[in-house]
Amino acid sequence: MVKKRQDYQGVVVCAPVTIPYSRYSIKSAHWFCGKALAELITSSGLSKSDVDGYCISSFTLSPDTAVGLMQYLGVTPRWLDHIPMGGASGAVALRRAARAIQCGDAEIIACIGGDTNHVDTFRETIATFSQFANDAVYPYGSGGPNSSFAFLTDYYMKQFGTKREDFGKMCVDQRTNALPIPFAMMKKPLTIEQYLNARVIAEPLRLFDCVMPCAGADAFLVMTEDKAKSLGLSYAKILATIERHNAFPDDPVQIRGGWAVDIDDFYNQAGIGPKDIDLMQAYDDYPIICFMQLEDLGFCEKGEAGRFVQSHDLTTGGDFPFNTSGGQLSTGQAGAAGGYIGIVETIRQLTDQTIGNTVENAQHGLVSCFGMINYDRGICTSAAIFSRSTA
Amino acid sequence: MIKALPHPKWKDPRVRTRKPSMPPGNRSREAQGLLSMAARGRFALQVCSNCGAVQYPPRQLCGKCLSEELSWQDVSNKGTLLAETTLQHSNDIYFRDRLPWKLGIVVADVGPSMVVHLSSDCKQGDKVRLALSIDAAGNAVVTARPEKPTSNEKDDLQLREMEFDPKHRRPLIVDGKTEMGLELTKAFLSAGARHVFVGYAKPWYESQYLEEIKKLDKVSVYPLDVTDTDSVEELVSMIGDKVEIMVNNSYHLRPGGLIDRFDINTAHDEMEIHYYGLMRLAGCFGPVMRAMGADGHHSATAWLNIFSAYAWINNPAVGTYSASQAAALSLSQCLRAELTPGGVRVVNTFIGPIEDEWHQLAPPPKLLPATIAPRIVSGLSKGIEDIPIGAVAEEIIERLSENPKEIERTIKL
Repeated sequence: MVKKRQDYQGVVVCAPVTIPYSRYSIKSAHWFCGKALAELITSSGLSKSDVDGYCISSFTLSPDTAVGLMQYLGVTPRWLDHIPMGGASGAVALRRAARAIQCGDAEIIACIGGDTNHVDTFRETIATFSQFANDAVYPYGSGGPNSSFAFLTDYYMKQFGTKREDFGKMCVDQRTNALPIPFAMMKKPLTIEQYLNARVIAEPLRLFDCVMPCAGADAFLVMTEDKAKSLGLSYAKILATIERHNAFPDDPVQIRGGWAVDIDDFYNQAGIGPKDIDLMQAYDDYPIICFMQLEDLGFCEKGEAGRFVQSHDLTTGGDFPFNTSGGQLSTGQAGAAGGYIGIVETIRQLTDQTIGNTVENAQHGLVSCFGMINYDRGICTSAAIFSRSTA
Repeated sequence: MIKALPHPKWKDPRVRTRKPSMPPGNRSREAQGLLSMAARGRFALQVCSNCGAVQYPPRQLCGKCLSEELSWQDVSNKGTLLAETTLQHSNDIYFRDRLPWKLGIVVADVGPSMVVHLSSDCKQGDKVRLALSIDAAGNAVVTARPEKPTSNEKDDLQLREMEFDPKHRRPLIVDGKTEMGLELTKAFLSAGARHVFVGYAKPWYESQYLEEIKKLDKVSVYPLDVTDTDSVEELVSMIGDKVEIMVNNSYHLRPGGLIDRFDINTAHDEMEIHYYGLMRLAGCFGPVMRAMGADGHHSATAWLNIFSAYAWINNPAVGTYSASQAAALSLSQCLRAELTPGGVRVVNTFIGPIEDEWHQLAPPPKLLPATIAPRIVSGLSKGIEDIPIGAVAEEIIERLSENPKEIERTIKL
């Protein structure tokens, strides 16, 4: 008998913050994380010393970790975690922080994902990404994530007969969602013809399949429901979280992620199922990984995501609102902030603080995260379900 | 299907010669284990002695059972191509210069999935033939070609970057007055060399081999004395920018040991030819070749030294000769480090005793130059870095890795 996991009763998320993205920046990751903290406390009426815990995710703090950042920002937390899980960091930071709040190890935890992007940052990050990448991937064409996701996309398309039009449908809908977002990298509508005929990057991937690296930060606060109420902050509740690392190591090419291992546990903890989800934010540096998330989190069968996106409207006004701020494919990938963007957008939607379009009457939001192509596949997966405070 | 490589065009002197660059060279210690296999042309991976798992990428522990009892073992080089891509964009200058670049994920029959440099003749679902090759930065990489050899497969422009195929290239064979010089010339011509330059020294004696070389098509002969810096400089000024493969077959063997034949002059001659000779050749030709290492599909590519297997372990019957070979081998490692940034790789071949007058008293087996020259050229065209030729060389390697003191005491080969 597996011990039943404790719920997150009484713990909430609030204060969604985004430091506007820019394609390149001469500022440091410290600056982006610090700006995010400043925005968190300003928007929630706190002073710096009220925040007594931190979860930090960043690729470009080097040579620092979260430790160096604490002195840089002049803060004295009693609880600190560094989450180096790239795109999976957001939901992992959330679940670490939520337990710390629940157990009283900290009172207010700031979860911050932020990175800078100098002209040479992206190249240097991928050139030294991991030992396996150095040894067995980067010397092969140095395509970075483009080549890794090209493999996954090629394999998936040939396994299931998925068409580029299917991925394109998703990208076009997401672009529609991004248009009212002022800091989105992509500002113009995208047509399916533009998607299909774009410049080839790494077959079968073309330009609009690939996320654009940029600088920026996303952040939120975790605290008790009582604390949020006393501060007068709008908040969302946490219904469930999961994480998994290096799932299905014997699959010769990645076709599913760790969500598929934990899906039953996930919805059991939440007490709701996929049909109850009103909006979904999926990690989307490349469309193929969104397809895997739709399948592995139970919205359709394996191999059916193409048909799923074709038969649903993914815009904020549609029947399956998906990546409602445009996702990374339209707003850009601000390094580790890409692991937090989904949570921040979901808090906004469930607390009526949206920057872009609002999903009407949304009660439950699902966030799914994915990170770290270590060798030939993404290693880290995580996810969370939130509900409106009144739900 | 891969198209036959077109004959090189006349080099337009107005066009800028592409500067050499290297693919990323950052490798872990454990990954360098692949290099020692690739250098010998082996397809060997880490195998766990405890659970039998074959693993890739290399680790210091078994990824299945955490045992540290890992050994490099030759395994099946067959696999199936599961996914492929052709890069039209790269973050690295070396690859940007050479786009498009084809890659795949192959699941090896022995288990692991491997990211590979892919021949353009492979399609998804195909059975493929894996190999460990060495890239322009001198590091081991995995390559895949169709399971069955295809016509023109050596002409794949991408994989040609990781091999030293003599096709359409111009070797310089340093010593044309030996039988080995003649046989190497013939072997390079039959491997498709565009032209062969052949050097000759010692005008006071005639050589039947040189006379035969002169009768061959696509060959020109030049005076070249590796003991004379002026002579080497003169030749480099004439053909330096045309030499794409250097074949250093300098050879001067006089049997005898140290006390048993205390002869400083003979020892000096051996060093003069093998050690200082390599130094002169490298000092004059090396900089030119290094600058031409990225000059298109027929660029300068390899520096081949033909060494005796006694470069590894002294044979007292030819004691001073062995010492001069060891000195040259050491110097070749320096040369390798210095040529690598130019994309030119040093290849050493190690041969056992050959059938010639200077090996008269050496016991058999002895090698015929006509047999070994094609094997040397074939090893070169596969991109192998250390090419042992013959049973004596093979045995020395095996015994050295088993117990170097044993072979030191008992070498009688």
